[in-house]
Amino acid sequence: MALIKNREITEDHWVRIDDESAVPAEGGAIVSIARWRKDRAVLAGRNAPIGVELESGDGPEVVADDIVRLDLIAVPFATFRDGRGYSTARLLRERYGFTGELRAVGNVLRDQLPLMERCGFDSFEYAGRTDAAKALKAFRDISAVYQTAADRRASAAALRNHPSKAFSNGTCG
Amino acid sequence: MYMYDEIDQSLVDERVIQFRDQVNRRMTGELSEDEFKPLRLMNGVYLQLHAYMLRVAIPYGTLSSEQMRKLAWIAKKYDRNYGHFTTRQNLQFNWPKLEDLPDILAELASVQMHALQTSGNCIRNVTADQFAGVAADEVVDPRIYAEIIRQWSTLHPEFTYLPRKFKIAVTGSEIDRAAVRFHDIGLIAKRNGAGELGFEVIIGGGLGRTPFVGPTIRDFLPERHLLSYLEAALRVYNQLGRRDNMYKARIKIQVHETGAETFTEMVEAEWAQIRDTAVDLAAGEKQRIADFFRPPRYRASADAEAQLRLQLRDDRNFARWVETNVAPHKVTGYRIANISLKPIGGIPGDASSEQMDAVAALADRFSFSEIRVTHEQNLVLPHVRADDLYALWQTLKSYDLDTPNLGEISDMIACPGMDYCALANARSIPVAQQISERFADLDRQHNIGELKLKISGCINACGHHHAGHIGILGVDRKGEEYYQITLGGSGAEDASVGDIVGPAFPYDKVVDAVETLVDTYLDIRTDGERFLDTYRRVGKTPFKEALYGTD
Repeated sequence: MALIKNREITEDHWVRIDDESAVPAEGGAIVSIARWRKDRAVLAGRNAPIGVELESGDGPEVVADDIVRLDLIAVPFATFRDGRGYSTARLLRERYGFTGELRAVGNVLRDQLPLMERCGFDSFEYAGRTDAAKALKAFRDISAVYQTAADRRASAAALRNHPSKAFSNGTCG
Repeated sequence: MYMYDEIDQSLVDERVIQFRDQVNRRMTGELSEDEFKPLRLMNGVYLQLHAYMLRVAIPYGTLSSEQMRKLAWIAKKYDRNYGHFTTRQNLQFNWPKLEDLPDILAELASVQMHALQTSGNCIRNVTADQFAGVAADEVVDPRIYAEIIRQWSTLHPEFTYLPRKFKIAVTGSEIDRAAVRFHDIGLIAKRNGAGELGFEVIIGGGLGRTPFVGPTIRDFLPERHLLSYLEAALRVYNQLGRRDNMYKARIKIQVHETGAETFTEMVEAEWAQIRDTAVDLAAGEKQRIADFFRPPRYRASADAEAQLRLQLRDDRNFARWVETNVAPHKVTGYRIANISLKPIGGIPGDASSEQMDAVAALADRFSFSEIRVTHEQNLVLPHVRADDLYALWQTLKSYDLDTPNLGEISDMIACPGMDYCALANARSIPVAQQISERFADLDRQHNIGELKLKISGCINACGHHHAGHIGILGVDRKGEEYYQITLGGSGAEDASVGDIVGPAFPYDKVVDAVETLVDTYLDIRTDGERFLDTYRRVGKTPFKEALYGTD
């Protein structure tokens, strides 16, 4: 499995800590939402980045009070066909103002990457069979977008009203 | 008509390249069938009983003659010389090869068409009143808003993997020709007391195995808030819709189980959060889209009506066609001409390449190059001068497109059924053909009057049987085809779900049963009563007795 962050393959500096193991004092650690609820005070007081992995079906409200304390939120896709995570991501970004790393985990495949990015995910635990380096091309498959979303790309309507803006998604014309 | 700019064009062009790559990855095994399936479905590609099927979007049922010619060409080059117009204003090609599909999509893109979101658990191709822009009774041309919704819903990043498919229909008229109350969301344009434009919003209607007439959840939504309200409704649905049971995943089930009132509160609460954000279209963009739907330059001639009157007097067959198939137009001296795709004994909704080319040529000659497709599987030339109708009709005759049966018993909706569909339990097409033959006498049909007969080959109800004045549902009973009959459904503004009349009939008895129902109606109807009116007045009993006897 490769980690894609900001459209690049990168080394994962975070470690997942299962509910039974001790959380190391240093380095980024991702714990389950259950663990976070149980040990919130201790984990938040730790002098290192902390992340939480939600459960399938969890909405953004489960971490509403922790937005500023968390450095990473991982949203699971039990199957790529379960689209709840897209709404969760948009709400975390657009309504709850989460600015940390928003990571898609689980059944994260090539063809869903650009949709996830538009909803606010900036990192992906990529699980597809297509080589990760080749999968990066997915972000450039379609240049135009018709909607405003968490990625703040200019929609077709916005471009039409401001024709001076170049019609481009930043990476391909 | 709406015309793509470079942004719209780039999207469909890039989508073709993307799909070509997806097909290649499927061929090499990089994509499993399970992974490929939602991707192909979102490009309209189904795997049917015998072959792949491609469902092409005809957004809100509007086609140019050039686009129609392209469909005819694709049918000729890549398929078996015909296409099938569906109940959601799409066109299906039944025999394309998987490896040809990217080329077919490229052909479509070259005339500003696509197959985007004609399937899959996403927001489907948006439908509208086929008389949009020409109906005398309309408040606004619904295609303006249908195009706005088409763009907003295309590759919507949040709503591409919904719990289930999601269908939106828009009408600008009180007369409902778009079956809005049987859609996941139905929109009826209206004006409020202050004369402002807005929409009545209906949520959670649908057919399928659990039919519901959708409840109105908002009486008046100001039109400027259309997209934010839709986004709120879709978000509530996406977060709460069932993922564990596909049969309970449609929004209608959610609305029914939550209760329309509570569901409305949830949508309104979400909407309150986003109603004044950038989701809604800027006025300039809305105007840009609206400008594409300006009426053509009509040139009514002073004596057009007089000439039509003479032709009607002199040719009885023409007069009959005009009476059944021609509707009033909002401009004096013009008419709306319906072209029936239900010849006696034919396959409902099928059109050959030659017929498609002929309709395209007629649209160029008589209708400002514009064609409409109806959810009842017929075609429309929306702007025909009254004194051109005769010439139009004469040409239609030579292509077997002149059947004067609109709204009558042989103008049936039928799904493809077991002849094509992998889900079907029974055949639909041969039943439709036999009923059509049984009522081949046009005088008899005309005497029966408006009668909407709709046939589905399985519980998924693609043939809208629940909404038929007479509905027929094919079921499998120990390997044999049986047909359950419902009465009293309607897909119009008086929407209702039909009632099951009694035990199902075997394949060779169903046509007799329909005839018995019609004869019963003829016996007991009062003046001016349609089949539906009579049924609503007298109820099931007389029909049931006629079918099954009194004990």
